[in-house]
Amino acid sequence: MTHAQEHNSHTKLIWKVFAILSVITIVEVALGIIKPDALYLTKILGTSPLNIIFLILTVVKAYYITWFFMHMADEKKSLRRAVVWTSVFLIIFLATLLLIEGSYLNDILGPLTKWNY
Amino acid sequence: MEVTIPTENNGTSWKGGNEKPLGASYGKMMMWFFILSDALTFSGFLGAYGLMRFKFHESWPIADEVFTHFPFLHGLHAPMYYVALMTFILIFSSVTMVLAVDAGHQMNKKKVTFYMLLTIIGGAIFLGSQAWEWKNFIAGTYGAVKLNDGKIIQFVDATGEQITLESFVKPLTSERTQHTANKGLWFVKEAELPPFTLNEVVESFKANPGISIRTEFINPETKAKTIIPHNDAMGFLNEAKSVVKGANLRENEYGKTLFANFFFFITGFHGFHVLSGVIINIIIFFNVIIGTYERRGHYEMVEKVGLYWHFVDLVWVFVFTFFYLV
Repeated sequence: MTHAQEHNSHTKLIWKVFAILSVITIVEVALGIIKPDALYLTKILGTSPLNIIFLILTVVKAYYITWFFMHMADEKKSLRRAVVWTSVFLIIFLATLLLIEGSYLNDILGPLTKWNY
Repeated sequence: MEVTIPTENNGTSWKGGNEKPLGASYGKMMMWFFILSDALTFSGFLGAYGLMRFKFHESWPIADEVFTHFPFLHGLHAPMYYVALMTFILIFSSVTMVLAVDAGHQMNKKKVTFYMLLTIIGGAIFLGSQAWEWKNFIAGTYGAVKLNDGKIIQFVDATGEQITLESFVKPLTSERTQHTANKGLWFVKEAELPPFTLNEVVESFKANPGISIRTEFINPETKAKTIIPHNDAMGFLNEAKSVVKGANLRENEYGKTLFANFFFFITGFHGFHVLSGVIINIIIFFNVIIGTYERRGHYEMVEKVGLYWHFVDLVWVFVFTFFYLV
């Protein structure tokens, strides 16, 4: 079984990544339930600091899943970039335009919506 | 000129040579590009959700008030716990999948079989959980009233907590019965009637000075829905059109119908991915058992379905963030 010797078992790394993902999820859920006023009701970069924290933690989770569960770390640099750079660029591009348009629609529509009867 | 014939083709290389573009086998690379395109599809959906959410920023439903159920804990307000549990189930099934891939690298058939089985079970539990979440959302919790212009009015007690229609509405003699095939036109179907008529709800509201209503409008200071005092509430209820219980594609007792539309569409699309993932996993599982990959000399097929399965988990991470957290 020469084949078996080529590949060392990554079991330790897998459980470590699982621990990291679990801790991040627990932190997210805890923050989502407690919603500390200092993070939830204040504003930074157009949204609450809590939302920024959630977004960063999500990207960190996505990184660990792609790099260590999907073994992107072991792929050639060219394949990695073909997939990751393309998706990251297009997703940011699309999201930016859609969210800018969304807040424009809100600016126009918001004052016209009736809330007192 | 000679034709190049692959001398050593182990089934993972491209036809006509051992050159592997980007250092990956054909199947693996195509799986990556499929995942790339699927990721863009999902970001299109989530982007559309973001657009509508920004558009109706001041009146979007608050997820904590919508998804509050937990199995066996009836009536308890438990936001997020259930969906957190679902997230753990999916992450854990991702872990067992990657352990199966790892065991495949060591040509350990027994371990691959075991971990594939765990992955399939995890996926099935997740699908069941998703179905339960849908069931609760469709059935609804409190019930509400829809105005002529489509806005949703919910009922609250003196402390500002939401109350169910059942807790204060007294049934009057009903003038309206559910249409069934034996009561009239046999070919006409009628959607299930709401538990109370609008008139019953409005009359009971008038008789209960202790309760009040709440509009969809979110106060930007407190990030809570605005409560209208009992005395001003009739202005709203005079505009009432119908009683709403639960959520579907046409109305949603929790607020914007769009929220229900996006929820059903995006979690449904993701759930369908999970379902097809489970089915593909089952096929590969049986292939592992009958020794297909043992004979082939490598477990790359497990790796490829593994990629798809992790991608499903990856999408859920984003759905979880945008539907439940942010």
